[in-house]
Amino acid sequence: MAITVTENAAKRVETFLANRGKGVGLRLGVKTSGCSGMAYVIEFADEIGGEDTVFEDQGIKVIVDAKSLVYLDGTELDFAREGLNEGFKFNNPNAKDSCGCGESFNV
Amino acid sequence: MALLQISEPNQGDAPHQHRFSAGIDLGTTNSLVATVRSGMAETLPDAQGRHLLPSVVHYRRDGTVTVGAQAKSAAQGDPLNTLSSTKRFLGRGVNDIKRLGTQLPYHFVDGEKGMPKVRTVVGDLSPVEVSSEILKHLHQRLKESVGGEPEGVVITVPAYFDEPQRQATKDAALLAGLNVMRLLNEPTAAAIAYGLDQKSEGVIAVYDFGGGTFDISILRLNRGVFEVLATSGDSALGGDDIDRAIATWIMAQAGIDDDAGHHQMRRLMDDACRIKEELSDREESEFLIEKEDGTFWEGRLNRQQLHRIIDTIIRKTLVPCRRALNDAGIALNRVEDVVMVGGSTRMPRVRQLVGAFFQREPHVAIDPDRVVAIGAAMQADILVGNKPDSDMLLLDVIPLSLGLEMMGGLAEKIIPRNTTIPVARAQEFTTYKDGQTAMAIHVVQGERELVSDCRSLARFELRGIPAMAAGAARIRVTFQVDADGLLSVVAHEAVTGIESRIEVKPSYGLGDDEVARMIQESMAHAREDMDARNLREQNVEADRVVEALEAALAADGEQLLSPQERQAIDDAIAHLRQSQKGSDWSRVKEAISALNRSSTEFAARRMNASIQLALSGQNVDTFGE
Repeated sequence: MAITVTENAAKRVETFLANRGKGVGLRLGVKTSGCSGMAYVIEFADEIGGEDTVFEDQGIKVIVDAKSLVYLDGTELDFAREGLNEGFKFNNPNAKDSCGCGESFNV
Repeated sequence: MALLQISEPNQGDAPHQHRFSAGIDLGTTNSLVATVRSGMAETLPDAQGRHLLPSVVHYRRDGTVTVGAQAKSAAQGDPLNTLSSTKRFLGRGVNDIKRLGTQLPYHFVDGEKGMPKVRTVVGDLSPVEVSSEILKHLHQRLKESVGGEPEGVVITVPAYFDEPQRQATKDAALLAGLNVMRLLNEPTAAAIAYGLDQKSEGVIAVYDFGGGTFDISILRLNRGVFEVLATSGDSALGGDDIDRAIATWIMAQAGIDDDAGHHQMRRLMDDACRIKEELSDREESEFLIEKEDGTFWEGRLNRQQLHRIIDTIIRKTLVPCRRALNDAGIALNRVEDVVMVGGSTRMPRVRQLVGAFFQREPHVAIDPDRVVAIGAAMQADILVGNKPDSDMLLLDVIPLSLGLEMMGGLAEKIIPRNTTIPVARAQEFTTYKDGQTAMAIHVVQGERELVSDCRSLARFELRGIPAMAAGAARIRVTFQVDADGLLSVVAHEAVTGIESRIEVKPSYGLGDDEVARMIQESMAHAREDMDARNLREQNVEADRVVEALEAALAADGEQLLSPQERQAIDDAIAHLRQSQKGSDWSRVKEAISALNRSSTEFAARRMNASIQLALSGQNVDTFGE
């Protein structure tokens, strides 16, 4: 079981956390909704719950709840730039297909 | 693959429903757009990495429009169709332009309704249209940067902008396809960027020293609401003057004549600007100046010398500072924060002298060119709802409740006072009489229970309600107050979809004292108001009951009631009418119940009679199936 973070993503997360001034790490998860099954959740985490697993990669604490972990195991979080747009990207080996925009996926 | 941003805990949007927003600094010389991503407000660069967009628009004969650096470079070759500084003309009349326009090469013509236009190869253009091109360009950059259409934007305007200038800014945004959630004063945006809005109160000086203008604003923060106490400035004082002073010094040192050619002057100004910037980081600058004859002059300038050259210019900005403080009636030592805005505040000497004047270390951590756009983006992010409620700023509240007049002259509050804006609240109402086809809507403001004790804001009518039994129509009345405090009331009838609306500015002409008085009165008269409200309510109910009963009596009274029974009901009606003459609402209430009791039998008989009527002539078999 593992979730990894690219160097690029780690740098950005660090900046955003510092700017926010609080938070223990980054919470990744999935929720049902969206046009193709599951949707990714990416949030600042202020606390770690009993159901959570914490992964540490590139100095970043990634927090995932037990339910989401099933869908996210093996995922690499990347920070990408596409033209002027930039943001985080889930490289998820579990995702079989995703909707056109990639915001939601199926396993 | 969509690129995602980090949300606040439990604030994540459903997919495809990201609420993007942005702050736009529509400047005289340069414009910027900023947005909050993953909780951080940043200005957005173009593909070349440039954040500042020169506020210049170039119109070509073939109809193509270029904006920014590209347009700026066209200025020399095609000055009449390259428009810059249009912000100065936004919302101004022809006469204002005549006063301002002499410095500019454009050909102004009179448009409709005193609106000036600039004559170009593609036709006569209003300053609103020209500004909208700049906004369109930033809109496009924004869409590409966030990967979607922003829900709304906040655009900054100078604190001294009047209503027509603000309206013109909004019009330009509308033309550019932007949804303006709010216009924000530039100094307020700068204060927000530094998080000063998180304090509970204080006096803030915003020192904005740009390339060509100087503005000072004194703000007062009170419970999250910024108030502009005073503004002052010099519209012809800026970083360019500092460059010119340095250039003049170089000319004197290098023995360059005062009547140097335009080309030489331009180069000298660029050199001066470079030397100025270098001295912001270093103690001394060494440089080579090329003279017109092709020879070079080697010079050096240290900070001490620089200060002697430019101090008089910087000190000129302190005069408006003192004036603004006087106008605001604020003693120097009451200024708690000094915020630096504009490229010229990068100079350490400016920071030093301003700090000495206000006896405060000024805020300089955020890029002074971008700080206004960043503050606007932070505000936009909150307005669009991307912050948890606990972080929600109390930026503006409704000072007095807003409501409607109900039957009997009662005020029904739709939005209670101290609600933060923007806000929308709706309530359903119905008709009072059978066959009622119109409804008068009276919008009132105040805390009292009776309309006569509240302030009347507006009246309008909803017509074309289909004739129905009393209470059957459903009319939804929505009160919406936007971030600028503008109230719009919409009445909507559910069946036909007919709608009627009105817009009002509730705070117009209402001073703080008056608001305080209205609230205080509502406290003092709470008991009376409650009684008055109850009495009115009971009277309205009594009238409704009597009216319905009298109609029924006229129709079936003879047939269904014996004279004694009829007498009993008539007595009960008379008793109710009598009780309405007094001021005790509980007696009216009792009389209504008594009337209801004495007419119960009559109502039951009417019910039976109408069922029999419906059944008569029908075969029993019809019901057996």
